[in-house]
Amino acid sequence: MNSSIPKEKQKQYADYVKQITPTHSLPTNMAKAFLTGGVICVVGQIITNFAKSRGLDQDMAGTWCSVTLVFISVILTGFNIYPKIGKFGGAGSLVPITGFANSVAAPAIEYKTEGQVFGIGCKIFTIAGPVILYGIMSSWIAGVIYYILKIMEVIS
Amino acid sequence: MNPQTPARLTGSASMSFQNPVYVVSCASVVGKKEGEGPLGSKFDLVCEEPMFGEATWEAAESTMQKEAATLALGKAGLTPGNIRMTFAGDLLAQTTASSFGIAGMGIPFYGLFGACSTIGESLSLGAMSVAAGYGEHILCATSSHFASAEKEFRFPLAYGNQRPLSATWTVTGSGACILSGTLPVPEIPKKTDPLISEEGCVQITGLTTGKLIDFGLKDSLNMGGCMAPSACDTIYRNFCDFGRTPDDYDAIFTGDLGAVGKRILLDLLNEKGYDIESIYQDCGLLIFDGETQDTHSGGSGCGCSASVLAAYILPELAKGTWKRVLFVPTGALLSKTSFNEGDSIPGIAHAVVLEHVSKKDQKQ
Repeated sequence: MNSSIPKEKQKQYADYVKQITPTHSLPTNMAKAFLTGGVICVVGQIITNFAKSRGLDQDMAGTWCSVTLVFISVILTGFNIYPKIGKFGGAGSLVPITGFANSVAAPAIEYKTEGQVFGIGCKIFTIAGPVILYGIMSSWIAGVIYYILKIMEVIS
Repeated sequence: MNPQTPARLTGSASMSFQNPVYVVSCASVVGKKEGEGPLGSKFDLVCEEPMFGEATWEAAESTMQKEAATLALGKAGLTPGNIRMTFAGDLLAQTTASSFGIAGMGIPFYGLFGACSTIGESLSLGAMSVAAGYGEHILCATSSHFASAEKEFRFPLAYGNQRPLSATWTVTGSGACILSGTLPVPEIPKKTDPLISEEGCVQITGLTTGKLIDFGLKDSLNMGGCMAPSACDTIYRNFCDFGRTPDDYDAIFTGDLGAVGKRILLDLLNEKGYDIESIYQDCGLLIFDGETQDTHSGGSGCGCSASVLAAYILPELAKGTWKRVLFVPTGALLSKTSFNEGDSIPGIAHAVVLEHVSKKDQKQ
């Protein structure tokens, strides 16, 4: 909206609001994120090690690890437990693959009332969509760079 | 003065009513979390089931608002046919919670959107209509639902994220009031519960219409900061227009500024030379216990100020705990689109002057 209040006064007010607004403690949040993310990774490592001990190679074990973590995350989202983990762990639960699974499962649950096509179909990637789009795009850019470097024989 | 004039206009956007406008009944319906809050025992109905027996959040909110309206009607001893018109609103896109909720009652309907300030807008228009003689009984109702508001403005409920400390918690609740030019009748018919006590009843005596104030803030998770300047502006203009000071009010309530907005409002009014700290409260801080209910800055939403008004402010006024109260619901006017397009969030606040009318004065 076009405000009638001069920019200078707006800035002054914004600074004042920033100053009096309480914020979460950054060190505490980082410690919680480290703990949560760490636990998720340890669980992943346990799954990988278990899969390897059953005779799978590294690639297959890694796939089993991802699939199992996604499954657990979706189940926890359905039981409304993942939001509580997310509230505690912040980025620690957002960045691992479990966070991605949560961001896909949550809209699917929320929008199912709007139908299979326009509800779940259209809105399932409302949060994860940008990750997929820009993830694929950046991997494409990385691939092009890799290709050029290979032609120039910088890397073999 | 012309005796036919229903209201005397004062200042640039205030009026005081010459004809009496009584609040003859009020009702509140809230969800489980609100029922567990400090005002829990005062609400008419606490629904433990967040879906209110419906299949979608939007239908749940409609049912809740309809329930509040039905209760208010019953308390006044009226039927939907007695209501000349309704002013109702909510937070959903195209205000469907209100239109679908009231639709089933067959009452002439005006749908409003003033974000969380809607009950102020609704009471203002309702009071004007009653004072002008456009209706014997007018219904004013608003609602908000935590789940439908999260879906409308933020993320799906099951998405795990962190809310900043400045964020407010949308109240699942609805408040409804019935305004009339005639006094509430306590006895007939039986089993009604109009807004009248041994001491007296409640009258709307004036109002100050809010202006959109935009200080350029863009943080939708700090609504208190976005709305506080408009509350300050409306309260300040109310004082100027009516020639009053904070001493003329026994209490001032804002809608949902929360802890952050409350602090800002007190500071802003202090700059203008008014200290209201001793009489000032915020509905968003009254409805939840911030310490134990994890609501961060406080409650918000159309249902926040409306349910606190119906459950706490109006009954206390009827009892005569306060003689004159300034009720200032606050709203942050944004949509998901305007937010994504990088627009700032203007605030609005409408002030309604509520007064206790003692039994003695009624007889005169």
